Amino acid sequence: MEYFVQQLINGLALGSIYGLIAIGYTMVYGIIGMINFAHGDVFMIGAFVALITFLVLGMIGITWLPFALLLVLVVAMVVASVYGWAIERLAYRPLRGSFRLAPLISAIGMSILLQNYVQITQGARVKPLPPLIQGGFVIMENDGFTVSLSYMQIIIVALTVILMIAFSALISRTALGRAQRACEQDRTMAALLGINVDRTISLTFVMGAALAAVAGLMFLVYYGVIDFFIGFLAGVKAFTAAVLGGIGSLPGAMLGGLLIGLIETFWSAYFTIEYKDVAAFSILIMVLIFRPTGLLGRPEVEKV
Amino acid sequence: MTMLSVAGVHTFYGNIEALRGVDIEVGEGEIVTLIGANGAGKSTLLMTICGNPAAARGQIAFAGENITAMPTFEIVRRGIAQSPEGRRIFPRMSVLENLQMGATTAPPEHFGADLEQAFTLFPILKARKDQRAGTLSGGEQQMLAIARALMSRPRLLLLDEPSLGLAPLVVRQIFDTLKRINAEQGMTIFLVEQNAYHALKLAHRGYVMVNGRITLSGSGADLLAMPEVRAAYLEGGH
Repeated sequence: MEYFVQQLINGLALGSIYGLIAIGYTMVYGIIGMINFAHGDVFMIGAFVALITFLVLGMIGITWLPFALLLVLVVAMVVASVYGWAIERLAYRPLRGSFRLAPLISAIGMSILLQNYVQITQGARVKPLPPLIQGGFVIMENDGFTVSLSYMQIIIVALTVILMIAFSALISRTALGRAQRACEQDRTMAALLGINVDRTISLTFVMGAALAAVAGLMFLVYYGVIDFFIGFLAGVKAFTAAVLGGIGSLPGAMLGGLLIGLIETFWSAYFTIEYKDVAAFSILIMVLIFRPTGLLGRPEVEKV
Repeated sequence: MTMLSVAGVHTFYGNIEALRGVDIEVGEGEIVTLIGANGAGKSTLLMTICGNPAAARGQIAFAGENITAMPTFEIVRRGIAQSPEGRRIFPRMSVLENLQMGATTAPPEHFGADLEQAFTLFPILKARKDQRAGTLSGGEQQMLAIARALMSRPRLLLLDEPSLGLAPLVVRQIFDTLKRINAEQGMTIFLVEQNAYHALKLAHRGYVMVNGRITLSGSGADLLAMPEVRAAYLEGGH
């Protein structure tokens, strides 16, 4: 029981990170119908920017942790947003209206480019960050096995919940969110009503990138090591999460992220840790075969 | 003043020339209708006015300004609204949200009053305000598309077959509404219709389009009296 609860906590924290990345996949898919395979690398860039910002803040003597974390968060989100915007502008927009595979190939190329660019400029070795937030609560204890809930896990889950609530409100209540949903459903009509569709698509990339940067910072502080390749695996898993939840669905991405985090964690805990990625990707294959619309995806029936 | 002028416009869909040199003028405060058979290019003309697809040749001017090469959202921000072919309501948004989308280019302070007006014109939309638009009946969706176009307070309203799929009683109601909006607010209306009889009755002037060209034009009453118009577009009508 204690072991189970501990894995549940670990899985929720990991799932939060996947969920935040998955939102970027699902929103971009929703609005332009393509999988942005470079999105995982934006997450990686976010983690690197966070690391560099931590080091710079340390050098100039800003060491009060809450303030430093906030600064790092803002810097990582802003820089990653610029990347997200630039990727769309350079690699996808010129191909809009081209054949369907073109932006997909471009996305994979962009992903390889970003990985190599970070590998060259930052080196290929793993980069450590000393633990910043230590300690936590012991919430259960039995036969010497303790179930702990670390402050970091609390921060990850709480921040994710706050961001997802804020983000859902943005999409469902504001004019910008309405414009995004309109572009998702009918871009031609949205333009006929005066929506600048290109700008709306750009903003979607920017929002997804900002959330990926938050996930990157969480990953950095939670695990303490990053390298240029983390975006690939995390990206593919977040993509799996988005598909599992129903690609295009915002609540689906959140749910899918949590489920993938939990499945991966429980698989590692009860079976073999070596095959945890196999478990996650088997889910992807099974969802694609048996339920391609995902858990919360909508079947395509509308009265026209 | 000329509100809309279309001069020598050609439009292509791929290799197909859908418009083959169209000339049309719509004066401020006028109701002008364009009639023609299915596939004549009527809807293409409305979409070309809005820049999607853009005209390959020729010139389109709105209130004296050349809008031929502008992107769609820039064109409609100048005061054009369209209720397009196929209605194109946003099916997964509520009726209210669809109307909010219609008001994208309108000054926000008018929203409350404009919404009231839309609900007065089409009371059924008020009852269905929070319902997903995709669940509305065809006729209700048509009303929503027209109401949405009105929400932007356009100077020029483009309507593509507003009578399509509606019961005759509702058609009459909509045409009465258009007449009233035109008379009371001076809104210029350019109306594409297959329902030629009602459209020519309503309009000050009309054009007839055949295969991407304008073949006839004149006042609504004159066109109604022409034997070739009667034969081609009014057979068994009304």
